[in-house]
Amino acid sequence: MINSDCDKCGRCNNKSEKEVSTCESLFTIQVYSENTPVLLSQISAVFTRRQVNIETLNVCASSTPGVHKYTITCVCTEEMAKMLTKQMEKRIDVLQATYYTDDQLFILEAALLKISTPVLLENPEISKIARIHGGSFVEVNPVYATLEKTGRTEDVLSLYNKLNDLGAVLQFVRTGRICITKGTEEKLDNYLAKRESERKNK
Amino acid sequence: MTENITGAEALMRSLEHEGVKTLFGYPGGSIMPVYDALFDHKQTLNHILVRHEQGAVHAAQGYARVSGEVGCVLVTSGPGATNTITGIADAMIDSTPLVVICGQVGTSLLGTDAFQEVDLVNVTSPITKWSYQIRRPEDVAWAVSRAFFIAKSGRPGPVVLDFAKNAQVAKVDYKPENVDFIRSYTPDPRPTEEAICQAVKLINSAQRPFVLVGQGVELGNAGNELLQFIEKINAPAGCTFLGMSALSSDHPLNKGRLGMHGNLGPNVMTNKCDVLIAVGMRFDDRVTGNLQKYARQAKIIHLDIDPSEFNKNVKVDVAVLGDCKKTLKLITEQVAPANHAEWIAGFDQYEKKEFDSVIDNAIHPKEGPLRMGEIVRKVSEATKNSAIMVTDVGQNQMFACRYFKFTKPRSVVTSGGCGTMGFGLPAAMGAAFGASDRTVCLFVGDGGFQMTIQELGTIMEHRIPVKIVLMNNNYLGNVRQWQEMFFNHRYSFTPMVNPDYELIAKGYDIPCQTVTKREDIDAAINKMLTTDGPYLLQCAVMEEDNVFPMTPPGANIDEMLLEFNNDKGC
Repeated sequence: MINSDCDKCGRCNNKSEKEVSTCESLFTIQVYSENTPVLLSQISAVFTRRQVNIETLNVCASSTPGVHKYTITCVCTEEMAKMLTKQMEKRIDVLQATYYTDDQLFILEAALLKISTPVLLENPEISKIARIHGGSFVEVNPVYATLEKTGRTEDVLSLYNKLNDLGAVLQFVRTGRICITKGTEEKLDNYLAKRESERKNK
Repeated sequence: MTENITGAEALMRSLEHEGVKTLFGYPGGSIMPVYDALFDHKQTLNHILVRHEQGAVHAAQGYARVSGEVGCVLVTSGPGATNTITGIADAMIDSTPLVVICGQVGTSLLGTDAFQEVDLVNVTSPITKWSYQIRRPEDVAWAVSRAFFIAKSGRPGPVVLDFAKNAQVAKVDYKPENVDFIRSYTPDPRPTEEAICQAVKLINSAQRPFVLVGQGVELGNAGNELLQFIEKINAPAGCTFLGMSALSSDHPLNKGRLGMHGNLGPNVMTNKCDVLIAVGMRFDDRVTGNLQKYARQAKIIHLDIDPSEFNKNVKVDVAVLGDCKKTLKLITEQVAPANHAEWIAGFDQYEKKEFDSVIDNAIHPKEGPLRMGEIVRKVSEATKNSAIMVTDVGQNQMFACRYFKFTKPRSVVTSGGCGTMGFGLPAAMGAAFGASDRTVCLFVGDGGFQMTIQELGTIMEHRIPVKIVLMNNNYLGNVRQWQEMFFNHRYSFTPMVNPDYELIAKGYDIPCQTVTKREDIDAAINKMLTTDGPYLLQCAVMEEDNVFPMTPPGANIDEMLLEFNNDKGC
């Protein structure tokens, strides 16, 4: 259950453990790891073992060569989010795991909607809704049209819900979120620099 | 300098490079090139052929626990590998450093459901610190070095190397590797001044400090640092089962064992202290009982090397991250000496109460059948409390942990977190190899003994001097006790029909004696300890004996039952 009224939600990772919220809300967990096999199953096992469902998952190379980035969303308590990040960092090849609330991130999702062309032509409302929501048609043929939409999760879902209500959607896919943190601190860079200096001093 | 050798030979060189002297294993199809290479290294690598792969892992655990070195296991793929899984899980939860090397089918066969192919890396990944598949001979030296570094550093644990057969036979220019740094892994985190300072402040303010001693003290070789710490602040201490030999049993500040079947004093006083200082322990549910009522009155300081342990079960006020050998020293240097005589004396009433109602009759019964407690205490005293105690799991374990006494570190080998029946016999074998200058006493029940009884063959072959004390009550005693207490006395599949253990011992050429009378115990123990090599002492103990005191599952830790009243229930 998400409790949006909880006054403890949405804080940074540095707060004391006794203050963390016990209400459930949506968290985004960013994980940086070495590019080694089996890590994806290890990371997903951290969630399944604690009965937390992964809502979205995006994995790709990060801007740092050799480092992979996982962006995972899940609904849980902050206490659990903290535990999940600690357990992920315990895996040998995980460099860093951090949890965030939405207000700490700039978030983007992409979606594709497949729409029947005859339905699209019959109902001008469809094009209007697509335009208002900033969607763009990337392909139109006599059978179907493909609508592309990028934006925040709620914008993507809003477009889908409206078109679906009109019975226009044949297929709908979402990427899951990608995001960058707000603020100037680059935690991974700091971590790697610290470790490199520790290696040199060894 | 490099040398062109096979991957299997590179493994042998790498193991020697890591200082491995003993390994426990069992050959099979996918590891044959390695066993062939081993044939030429018998002088340096003492391979002990076990009788089942589970035995190999438990033996390596026993070896590691008493020696402080990494236990090493060598098995084949498929069933050979899956038979190690119980031991690997056990080593993971009890932080025991192991390197388990398993054969694997060749890389061209991977994923084809080939004969004896199991996806071991994925199967073991949740129960290992690191699990890696060696697919090229070029990776052998690096993977072995990394495996040993990970297994023994930080919070120790098991590592699995899954060695594909083609990588065993292909040639490589071998050069030893020395992995001592992994950028994504910080095994020795530096304690922060702030945490030390906060801990010192809290300890200085304490009127009723209480120290919990976990296995981390043993793993960190921090026994002396612990002693100096508790003596300077004059604080009583309680030990977890795995931490028992970190502090001498007879030290006046050692107030006994924590948890479900621990001692009354430490459990009651956990809920009376004002500052609780937990060192290298993980607040296991068997130690804490009901978390909602666990030490709620106290400020809690937790010293641990694993940051994921902080606030996992118990919320702490000060988390001191780091190797407890260093953090204890830093704290001890800064704390003020104190005197808590009155607080310490508060333990006496509980000690007396427990002694009068439970302990006295457990170790000095005047009549009736033999009791496990008296046997354990007599064996302990006959070894001048200096032996290594190995246990199986169940009532034998609880009685052994309650009544064995310790004067030397690294003397406890028991399956704590996993509670693996069948652990005892092979673990005792391994302990005898890991500490060949010490006496190894195994306490085992008739249930667990039969789970890995085949290792008597290994003991026979090598004349391993394991002193086996079989406490036979013809029951799966611990489960029977719970059935009596919580399942309305319904003994569902807990009575045991046992074989003639004397005949079994005879079959394995192991001297054996059965004791049924109290007056014969001392002489029998003396004979067991003075006989060279292995010995099986079978004790016919009270069939329906119960381990007390006991905190019933889910109850508050200070609500220990000293006896079971059938009428009232629990």
